[in-house]
Amino acid sequence: MELRANVPDGPIEKKWDKHRFEMKLVNPANKRKHTIIVVGSGLAGASSAASLAELGYNVKCFCYQDSPRRAHSIAAQGGINAAKNYQNDGDSVFRLFYDTVKGGDYRSREANVYRLAQLSVNIIDQCVAQGVPFAREYGGMLANRSFGGAQVSRTFYARGQTGQQLLLGAYQALERQVGLGKVDMHSRHEMLDLVVVDGRARGIVTRDMVTGEVEPHVGDAVVLATGGYGNVFYLATYAKGANATAIWRAYKRGAAFANPCFTQIHPTCIPVTGEHQSKLTLMSESLRNDGRIWVPRKKGDTRPPPQIPDEERDYYLERQYPSFGNLVPRDVASRAAKRVCDEGRGVGPGGYGVYLDFADAIRRLGESVIGEKYGNLFEMYERITAENPYRVPMRIYPATHYTMGGLWVDYNLMSTIPGLHVIGEANFSDHGANRLGASALMQGLADGYFVVPYTLGHYLASTKLEPVGPDHAAFEEAEAAVAARVEKLLGVHGTRSVDSFHRELGKIMWEHCGMARNEGGLKSALGKIPDLREEFWRDVKVLGENEELNQSLEKAGRVADFLELGELVCLDALERRESCGGHFREEFQTPDGEARRDDERFSHVAAWEYAGEGRPPVRHVEPLGFEYVHPTQRSYK
Amino acid sequence: MSATALPAPTGKEQTTHPAASFLASSIGRKVVMALTGLVLFGYVVVHMLGNLQIYLGPAALNAYAVKLREMPALLWGVRGLLLVSVVLHVWAAASLTRTNMDARAVGYRRRRNRESSYASRTMRWSGVILLLFIVYHLLHLTFGTVHPSFVDGDVYHNVVSGLQVGVAPLFYVVAMLALGLHMFHGVWSLMQTVGLSHPRYDRLRYAFAAFITAVVVIGNLSFPLAVMTGLLKEPASRKVAIHTAP
Amino acid sequence: MNLRLHVWRQRNAADSGRFVTYPAADISPDMSFLEMLDVVNEGLIARGEDPIAFDHDCREGICGTCGMMIDGQAHGPRRATTACQLHMRTFHDGDEITIEPWRADSFPVVKDLVVDRTAFDRIVAAGGFITAPTGSAPDGNAIPVPKTSADLAMDAAACIGCGACVAACPNASAMLFTAAKVSHLGLLPQGQPERYARVRRMVSQMDAEGFGTCTNHFECEAACPKSISVRFIARLNRDYLRAVLTGGGEPARVEGGAG
Repeated sequence: MELRANVPDGPIEKKWDKHRFEMKLVNPANKRKHTIIVVGSGLAGASSAASLAELGYNVKCFCYQDSPRRAHSIAAQGGINAAKNYQNDGDSVFRLFYDTVKGGDYRSREANVYRLAQLSVNIIDQCVAQGVPFAREYGGMLANRSFGGAQVSRTFYARGQTGQQLLLGAYQALERQVGLGKVDMHSRHEMLDLVVVDGRARGIVTRDMVTGEVEPHVGDAVVLATGGYGNVFYLATYAKGANATAIWRAYKRGAAFANPCFTQIHPTCIPVTGEHQSKLTLMSESLRNDGRIWVPRKKGDTRPPPQIPDEERDYYLERQYPSFGNLVPRDVASRAAKRVCDEGRGVGPGGYGVYLDFADAIRRLGESVIGEKYGNLFEMYERITAENPYRVPMRIYPATHYTMGGLWVDYNLMSTIPGLHVIGEANFSDHGANRLGASALMQGLADGYFVVPYTLGHYLASTKLEPVGPDHAAFEEAEAAVAARVEKLLGVHGTRSVDSFHRELGKIMWEHCGMARNEGGLKSALGKIPDLREEFWRDVKVLGENEELNQSLEKAGRVADFLELGELVCLDALERRESCGGHFREEFQTPDGEARRDDERFSHVAAWEYAGEGRPPVRHVEPLGFEYVHPTQRSYK
Repeated sequence: MSATALPAPTGKEQTTHPAASFLASSIGRKVVMALTGLVLFGYVVVHMLGNLQIYLGPAALNAYAVKLREMPALLWGVRGLLLVSVVLHVWAAASLTRTNMDARAVGYRRRRNRESSYASRTMRWSGVILLLFIVYHLLHLTFGTVHPSFVDGDVYHNVVSGLQVGVAPLFYVVAMLALGLHMFHGVWSLMQTVGLSHPRYDRLRYAFAAFITAVVVIGNLSFPLAVMTGLLKEPASRKVAIHTAP
Repeated sequence: MNLRLHVWRQRNAADSGRFVTYPAADISPDMSFLEMLDVVNEGLIARGEDPIAFDHDCREGICGTCGMMIDGQAHGPRRATTACQLHMRTFHDGDEITIEPWRADSFPVVKDLVVDRTAFDRIVAAGGFITAPTGSAPDGNAIPVPKTSADLAMDAAACIGCGACVAACPNASAMLFTAAKVSHLGLLPQGQPERYARVRRMVSQMDAEGFGTCTNHFECEAACPKSISVRFIARLNRDYLRAVLTGGGEPARVEGGAG
């Protein structure tokens, strides 16, 4: 397998313009002869499906939800970055590019990130035109805030519902095309296989989740916008239905999987309350602006927080990182929380939680100011925990929140299977080893609105595609494989529920491949996961039948894939013998416990190739060069 | 579950007359309901105020009736408008009720209301009561068909004697209570339906509806009550007047 | 705590359905309502019975996927709270809870508590958008938007499309949903060119879907997990009337043309 990034030559600021000119165009009259399959309807999927339909292509769009408007992009709270420099505070495309490469701990492709920063400004324009109700100043101009420790105010936001509003903008554009007959929308459809004909992606096989019907869908190109795979950890801030099946099927059909071990843990989530916990809820990072994080100094101190005097509290972030304090980046804050909890100083039931205390801020600013800033977050916290954060400190704990890894793509966002484009969180993306706040929305929309509509046209214009029908042998083979797998899941008749396997996998992943990883732990996970997978196929209990809405069956298929993917995540984490961004290997740290990158040996993207059932996957490498942003060690002391 | 393309949105609008599509639409029928309701509401207020003259004695009330009769254009104009309004109001109500019942063929086993009022939930029934009452009222005091001692033109006598016997006063009381419920919800609701809403003035909608409803209901209820309590009674020697009732 | 659930079970759209009573034992007050159903389902699976199907996804109150009538109230007894954010501490040991799907002919039952809400998508497809093809946008600050308009538009735009308004409405009307989208876009300067065409098309699609009409009970606002105000319904009525009275949103006619 050859990893050709296809980055255009020339100075970085000219690459995309040059490439846009050099890409071939599809004649307008020919566009309507092409069918493009878009899987997923989140920010990336909806924006690309709408934009491609506007260009004249016939689009078939699929989502597992009952409506495209429900994709999990909707849950993003904070905002979206753009290098508009509306605040006159020195922002620029180059600065956003620089911050993103550095924030990603130098594990992303410079040319892609630069393009992302360039396109960020168009995204805001596009979304405003669509009617996204961004926050405004009294003069009517767009408001900005600084987010996630950025030194400029470049984040655009719509209350705490930025993701929702951006998604609704894209969804409305998509529905407009549905109404015009240019997009054929299939909700409650799950992609269960990719069909490759003559080495090119030519379609997918889906299961209608209401009738169970397995259907072939033929196209001239396939776009995967199916999001991340963080649910491999079971407990995550992801939607319950979020899954890796589409990208995992594509991987098994020949698409390389890049940097699977780059997963992001968000430090401010509401802690687990018990075994019944089904998901974790994120609290906006902005809370760290005014909240102070602490745990008791003594192990096993179970006194209620107000009874613990100040001198018996450990404000560990302020102590360890005096200059950044409570505002250290996500990965640093998360690991520090894990450390104190592992020491037995965690708080709350189960001991996996730390306090986020607003008492000082309330004393300093008054309850009304704090209420204005965080009122709705406090309300949400109280709704979930029944504790009033104005009176008692919040309890928080880190949780899996985003995956930087994903299917490998070149500069054109095409995977190693020609014709298969991968956008948004599903690709290995522009965030390197760590994503900065307010960047995920930016990437999803840049890919969908402004990159793939061009690059996909170029692919179609420069490729001779043979006509293929749903009766082609490759489709029949894929359909049969999907049907056989469904039958196999229903035929196990075991004793354990799907959820119990998922939960157990999650525990293995979190324990050994979570916030801190080491060789021993990863090896032990690599031993446990195949055993669990074997047990799954021997003992899983999936009731009902295929020809109905069968939520257990849906989950079973997804968990079966997570049981394979989890192994690859651990393998990648084992092979990446360095610490960088969200990937922290305990063996590779500085004497004071910080991540130590190894640019000599690991300044590259690791892309895994599926080698067949039972054979170890093959690790390929795409070297990364840094011409514009020179790698330095991050320090937040 | 695949969504199919919608018919071209402008196609229908070109073939159907705008007024027809307006009357077919849910909001259009609601607006008909609101505007005819407004006419009826206005009439009810005027009617009540006019009838207050009963307290000035037989001469004043009967003279009022004569005055109305001397303006046939006005009288018949108003009657025509009322008739059209009632017909449209009932048509809209029937049509909307049918749409609403069709919208949920299978109901809930359990249901708890949070915001709706007794008045809003009983519009259908208070409306039916009022319709029956209007028919009765016309037969009773306008045509005299069901009146025990109807005297054409002697309004005072007809009212007082008509409300003295049998179930008639009871029916009047029940109908006025129904009118109260119907009017209270109807009056502020019609403002909402024609789009009159503003955060600053929304409370006034309720206050206005409550006030005007109370005035009308108290005024109207006072007639049967005054007759029943003997406050209003027929003069010992009555002159037969020669006028028709309004 | 221990509860008794009366749950609507219906295998598919063709099945007539019935209520089945299940015990829910050892429920923690910290569970969400959906986590409680997860626990009940695990028990059903263990006994070899078909688990209760219900829609859910983000479980943090924003995607709008979950929704069920809980004791006669859409999303349950807590105001401004989706079923996934409703916690069991709201209930008491020994409670009997009736759980039903959204009931509206425009939301046919798919299975158990799962309903088909694609009617909402079709209402949006009919006109719930601003026509702004990708690439055609002017600079984001080219059109100033008064803060009050932007804030009010955001209040309307907060709708999550869960369908609770329809479920709670005695008439199964979709006015609050439609009004929220019409108001969101109609309040912004960008939304003006299509303002009247939008309201006509969306209302006409809403009617075509078979939803009931608004008789101002305001149960929708009380049930809305995002507390969308019924004032937006008045705004919708106003815009619709204006569109009809002024001919706004009708296809342009050439004066004196041959037709």
